[in-house]
Amino acid sequence: TTAQTPRQKYGGMFASVEGAYENKTIDFDAYSVGKKGSRTPRSGSRHDMLDGGDNYSETASDISEVSGSVISSPGDREDKTPGVEIKYPMGKELLQGQDNGQSDRLLIKGGRIINDDHSFYADLYLEDGLIKQIGENLIVPGGVKTIEANGRMVIPGGIDVNTYLQKPCHGMTAVDDFYQGTKAALAGGTTMIIDHVLPEPGSSLLTSFEKWHEAADTKSCCDYSLHVDISSWYDGIREELEILVQDKGVNSFQVYMAYKDLYQMSDSQLYEAFTFLKSLGAVILVHAENGDLIAQEQKRILEMGITGPEGHALSRPEELEAEAVFRAITIASRINCPVYITKVMSKSAADIIALARKKGPLVFGEPITASLGTDGTHYWSKNWAKAAAFVTSPPLSPDPTTPDHLNSLLACGDLQVTGSGHCPYSTAQKAIGKDNFTMIPEGVNGIEERMTVVWDKAVATGKMDESQFVAVTSTNAAKIFNLYPRKGRIAVGSDADVVIWDPDKVKTITAKSHKSAVEYNIFEGMECHGAPLVVISQGKIVFEDGNLHVNKGMGRFIPRKPFPEYLYQRIKIRNKVGGLQGVSRGMYDGPVYEIPATPKYATPAPSTKCSPAKNQPPPIRNLHQSNFSLSGAQIDDNNPRRTGHRIVAPPGGRSNITSLG
Amino acid sequence: SDQLLIKGGKIVNDDQSFYADIYVEDGLIRQIGENLTVPGDMKTIDAYGQLVLPGGIDVHTRLQTPVMGLSPADDFYQGTRAALAGGTTMIIDHVCPDAGTSLVAAYERWRGSAGGQACCDYSLHVDIPRWHESLREELEALVKDKGVNSFLVFMAYKDKLQCTDAQMYEIFCIIRDLGAIAQVHAENGDIIDEEQKRLLELGITGPEGHVLSRPEEVEAEAVYRAITIAKQANCPLYVTKVMSKGAADVLAQAKRKGTVVYGEPITASLGTDGSHYWSKNWAKAAAFVTSPPISPDPSTPEHLSSLLSCGDLQVAGSAHCTFTTAQKAVGKDNFTLIPEGTNGIEERMSIIWEKCVVSGKMDENGFVAVTSTNAAKIFNCYPRKGRIALGADADLVLWNPKATRIISAKTHNLNVEYNIFEGTECHGAPTVVISQGRVVLEDGNLCVTQGSGRFIPRKTFPDFVYKRIKARNRLAEIHGVPRGLYDGPVHEVLTSTRAMAPTSAARIAPCAGKAPAPAVRNLHQSGFSLSGSQADDHIARRTAQKIMAPPGGRSNITSLS
Repeated sequence: TTAQTPRQKYGGMFASVEGAYENKTIDFDAYSVGKKGSRTPRSGSRHDMLDGGDNYSETASDISEVSGSVISSPGDREDKTPGVEIKYPMGKELLQGQDNGQSDRLLIKGGRIINDDHSFYADLYLEDGLIKQIGENLIVPGGVKTIEANGRMVIPGGIDVNTYLQKPCHGMTAVDDFYQGTKAALAGGTTMIIDHVLPEPGSSLLTSFEKWHEAADTKSCCDYSLHVDISSWYDGIREELEILVQDKGVNSFQVYMAYKDLYQMSDSQLYEAFTFLKSLGAVILVHAENGDLIAQEQKRILEMGITGPEGHALSRPEELEAEAVFRAITIASRINCPVYITKVMSKSAADIIALARKKGPLVFGEPITASLGTDGTHYWSKNWAKAAAFVTSPPLSPDPTTPDHLNSLLACGDLQVTGSGHCPYSTAQKAIGKDNFTMIPEGVNGIEERMTVVWDKAVATGKMDESQFVAVTSTNAAKIFNLYPRKGRIAVGSDADVVIWDPDKVKTITAKSHKSAVEYNIFEGMECHGAPLVVISQGKIVFEDGNLHVNKGMGRFIPRKPFPEYLYQRIKIRNKVGGLQGVSRGMYDGPVYEIPATPKYATPAPSTKCSPAKNQPPPIRNLHQSNFSLSGAQIDDNNPRRTGHRIVAPPGGRSNITSLG
Repeated sequence: SDQLLIKGGKIVNDDQSFYADIYVEDGLIRQIGENLTVPGDMKTIDAYGQLVLPGGIDVHTRLQTPVMGLSPADDFYQGTRAALAGGTTMIIDHVCPDAGTSLVAAYERWRGSAGGQACCDYSLHVDIPRWHESLREELEALVKDKGVNSFLVFMAYKDKLQCTDAQMYEIFCIIRDLGAIAQVHAENGDIIDEEQKRLLELGITGPEGHVLSRPEEVEAEAVYRAITIAKQANCPLYVTKVMSKGAADVLAQAKRKGTVVYGEPITASLGTDGSHYWSKNWAKAAAFVTSPPISPDPSTPEHLSSLLSCGDLQVAGSAHCTFTTAQKAVGKDNFTLIPEGTNGIEERMSIIWEKCVVSGKMDENGFVAVTSTNAAKIFNCYPRKGRIALGADADLVLWNPKATRIISAKTHNLNVEYNIFEGTECHGAPTVVISQGRVVLEDGNLCVTQGSGRFIPRKTFPDFVYKRIKARNRLAEIHGVPRGLYDGPVHEVLTSTRAMAPTSAARIAPCAGKAPAPAVRNLHQSGFSLSGSQADDHIARRTAQKIMAPPGGRSNITSLS
């Protein structure tokens, strides 16, 4: 039947999950650096990755990794709901459908399909990477591989809107490249990522974009798209932005308010950039922190002799994040453009966004896995390597109530999208900053854990339902970045990026079993409810039963068009409504005080202001230009005081315009 | 006759009211009480049925600030005369040095003209037009020798007076160390500049462009930023000219979070609104031009007077800085050239009484607090000013709450043609004003002496403000985490990043200077060098990735402790 089933609630509203906070620290010996250096199963798999010869001939046991996560065994739940079964048409030997095209056909039977608006029971037929049919008693070709979902949830694959899989920092790149990172993404139920292109200041956006595009094309295992970060505002950038938007399928650009003398832009530049990006119909992403103050605080804290990772959090207090968010929103609302705040890490920043949304500006906020799942108390850990693993910007808030608050705002719609900000560096890389916290490369993991953490913190606690879960992990992102309904929805014609989700699965996050290449997992020991059982990307099963079946480079670049309706419909209307109009009044013809030219005080700025090249066509006599001149040196330039004040009585006598009206 | 007896009035301080007589001699209050024993023949003022208030303190005037070479229409003589007529017996004027001149020189110039012209006591704030290297010495000289304890920085007026965030932080740190008050003109100059360009391109040149280019979000944003910076620097902050609801709300919220911050609405924002910018009469619209602009939202005066009543805003100034219509007309074809400033020095007390006390939001004690006492406390001239007490200066106002008058340019004591409060009916007016023990207003007649005003020096570290700051300074010390030295592998960093190398080298320098424990070998310094160009500088990617194993093998420092 298609009747909706009652949604299950776990505990009361805002009830925290039992034990979610207690298990944060666990058994670090097991994955210490020393052990990591020796041969582990994972380093073996990295070897596979490097030789790059992945192809279909590899068998599952060859390339797929057995997840070491603690899964409640199927036996435990057989009495409730049977597990997912995959039936192959011609027996087991046809794993992944080698040698024939039937692999592209897939039937998911008996699942509960969850979209962001409603959920229903139906079967799903996938072919050629697309969803072809939805409904009951589908007519499908024979010999189709069938997945018996047995009433489990079938959700659109997750979209991770914020990853940095190739971010350069001090000349090195993050340990998870596009291959490693997307593998982790798929294992966590995320079937598309949007990565940030971060050009080095001075290099062109276009060439950097091509570099990223190439790297991702050869390595990525899932569909991807690219944001481009504007690391400096230079001459000629407008043309490049235009090309990126028109021809390259990029519709989102990030600007930085932090990283003084590196990426930071002044308010004037932000205004200029926002105005231009709005005219292109792009989504404006902002890294919001006050870079000036951070630089000052860093100096002060280093002078005090604090050099450890706690200095990172101390030099970037959450007020600075909130301040910058406030400023970004103010600028955007002046220009009437949408603004998207990446990495919302603190309560105060989130509150500013929530408040601003109530006043009308189009603001979107993206908390990341780290801010939703853990807090910044770990910066004070005695273990340097652990503390350094948490270093990211804006930093995790040391306030332990932050994750709860952010999850609540996510549930009520004040925040809309979840990213991961995934950009992990190995302990050895982080150790570059062992004597100076400002040198620690910034970035945390989270690409793999994102879906699970959101489920555990928000759905399992009863803050949101499954439909909202789909919205914040996938649909909203697809709408904002103009991928909808190709991504972010289970509908006929959409891409076959589908996840079968098991809400009862309990999994303990640990560095021992994660797919990322880093030694530390910032969510170490967190017990999470909810995990993907089967992940289907482009119509192919890429993850099932803890095993990954991926191919390097199978991910496609998804181009995105400008002017996403979800944002720009409102902007267009506001543009029409909000037009400015002057007051038409009679000419002022009263006396005018003669201004002595005192260039020191104010002359340069106004003269440039009032003489723009495209001056208004003067249908009326421009008294201003005829009466006096502001430019040119005068004899009494060095005399700052007024030398004369003549009152000019206009010919024809005074009019009564100066009388009280 | 320097002696004076005020009989039968109701004395109102900020904490209580009581009936008593006041005996004044030599400019000081000598006795307070009933049945005073006083010498025989002296002037006696009958105050039955009237309130006796401490004279008002107008914390914000600009009677000599030049704008584009124009001097305000009301100079120190005219301005202080109007102040006395309105019941204000002390002003604190802003010294606004031209960029490039020294602060002390500008201060001396202001002292010179005020000393010769002012009719009431005065004190001076000093504006900081731009950051420069020797600023600390100049501020120190002003604080130590010149009796100035408050400095204003600008967040607006791009390319002229505007400070960057980093400069503000530095200035705030200096001000905190000196024990002074940081004042801020809060508007985002960058945005305003862009908006002005845009509006002029749209062909909007009238005074309405002024308010359109300076929307209230821009003010609220700057207030928020100023508070953030002040909080980081642990410096007390005083926001001048709170003109909009948004800005006032930001201030109120910050107070709720514990920041030491004060807000000053002005007569104009309390008494009128910005709808007049759209007046068809150019001269009238131009008369309202001030920065931040008066909010076009007509509910703003209500809101601000409510916040003033409940203590979220503390002080009322006037920001009196008037220009004649002819002077304003310099900007008749370009609103950015209109000299900024409105009147309000004379109307301040009456407007606040009308908006706050008559409407029942505030009692007479609250009125004294916001017009006089709070200002005296913040700027450290309490209890000499701001209170009726033995030994305090004899700056007194006899206030008749039943009097009614209508503000009009025809009757005001100013040099300008327009009064922005034109036609406002005010209940409550001063009947007698006493400054330095002399009656200057009686029966509607002003009787002032040019140059009789004294400069009131102000000491640093006002208790009202700095007690909390000091306590927080002690608490706010931060400590690092004592941990063992990290001795795991370190990734070799290449000096290939052009952008990163200089800044990081500069950053690392201070800590390398006083490295905490150089007893152990500093692997960081020995392992690699950040300076000097390398052969492969142009290659952005890593070319090598050596993991160093420290001699003596790995320790377990990276495991859980």
